[in-house]
Amino acid sequence: MSKHSPRDRVTGTPFTRGLGVVILAGITLLIILAIFVSPADVNQGESVRIMYAHVPGAWLAYLAFVVTGISSVAYLWKRTRSLTWDRIAGASAEVGVLFMGISLVTGSLWGRITWGTYWTWDARLTTTAFLFVTYIGYLAVRGLGGTHQQRARRSAVLALLAVLEIPLVHFSVQLWNTLHQEASVAGRGTDVEMDGLMLFTLFLGVVVFTLMYVWLVLHRQRSLALDDMLDDSGLDNALTARRAEAQGVAR
Amino acid sequence: MSNSVPGSAGVIATARLIAAKDLRVERRSRVLLNQVLPFALIVMVMFAFALDSDAVLERVAPGLVWLATLFSVLVMVSRSFAVETGDGALDQLRSAGVPATGIFIGKMLALMVQLMVLVALLVGAAVVLYRAHFSWAGGVLLVTTATAATCGLAAVGTLYGGLAAGAKGRETLLPLLLLPVVAPVLIGATRATESAFGTNGIAISEGWPWLGLLVVFAVLFSVAGAVAFGPLLDE
Repeated sequence: MSKHSPRDRVTGTPFTRGLGVVILAGITLLIILAIFVSPADVNQGESVRIMYAHVPGAWLAYLAFVVTGISSVAYLWKRTRSLTWDRIAGASAEVGVLFMGISLVTGSLWGRITWGTYWTWDARLTTTAFLFVTYIGYLAVRGLGGTHQQRARRSAVLALLAVLEIPLVHFSVQLWNTLHQEASVAGRGTDVEMDGLMLFTLFLGVVVFTLMYVWLVLHRQRSLALDDMLDDSGLDNALTARRAEAQGVAR
Repeated sequence: MSNSVPGSAGVIATARLIAAKDLRVERRSRVLLNQVLPFALIVMVMFAFALDSDAVLERVAPGLVWLATLFSVLVMVSRSFAVETGDGALDQLRSAGVPATGIFIGKMLALMVQLMVLVALLVGAAVVLYRAHFSWAGGVLLVTTATAATCGLAAVGTLYGGLAAGAKGRETLLPLLLLPVVAPVLIGATRATESAFGTNGIAISEGWPWLGLLVVFAVLFSVAGAVAFGPLLDE
């Protein structure tokens, strides 16, 4: 353990600390704007305020899974192979699952108020749910054990398979829907005429959530690296201990 | 067929040997016959208890056939890879230089043959238990659907089975990984089977477009499996 300097054991840097302060200020401003300052919607009333968490959450979740996919390719490609890519993929997927959970919960609450139902079998909604479950499976595969390289290879292949799976699921749910769904829900595309302040609040939400994502992934990636380091040093320590025992017996 | 050992370990020859080996294991152990098929049948009976109405059963029969198939696939994939990892056979195959693509295709073919038997039995059960019926033209659609669907299921099953093979806790992980992926097969095969059975007066001609979805799925995952299986095993 003493092999690593104390600097290796913290996940914060001046950059992430500064970023953290900016995020805290941003969240405070976002809450004030979203809950108190921005107006209620003509059609949706107060429930429109859910949007300021729901839309950035969904956007971030999709961004997170794109990052996971790209990092997985970077790991599998021999020239850029590094466990750092694998950890970024893992950290990003974890944060993505979190944000997608937030987005699904806020979305269904909003749906209950606005559409009168928690869930509809709309293609986008169903695909999102599948994406959620798929990445929960991805995280489970990361926890399977084995060497770090085994974990990295396995999960990178799985992440790429998910890239293949999700469009197929989306396409087939869409086909299924066109036959079985009487009328699709009026899309959020209908409220194009947005108040300027609402638009700004939404924009601020996306920016703050994105910064939050960067902050979380940076920290999580570093704590995953520490986990791996602990794994390795655990083995080293066990080896030295056994050697010491053997020497004790020999004497 | 069984006596020709490939001089140059070609992919096709390997695939044939592996498939023949898996089917021979099944013929001698009878796990499919004595355990999986009875399991699938009892699932069909349980559906009837749960839904409790002849009219409803007749309407949802195609979906139940494919749901029972999916449940059985989980068991069959576990079995297919338990045979390989039990004595470290998979590692030995790989260290002997057997091409991974050949192993993938072989195991996929053996799984596909067994799945066809299963689906045939389940369709029979739907006819007997749920009053499903089909014409000759419907039968042709049904056989084509079953072929495409089982091909896709076998490809995905072999791929994800290989991914989880040898890992601790794979029995509980496989359903979580596999079920979301095979959702398109459930949708496509159920719709095609509905038209083959004429459920709700759906015409047979309406079933054929769904076959496109099944074929795309089968081709995509067969190719993905053939490519990805090697990297997954070489650890």
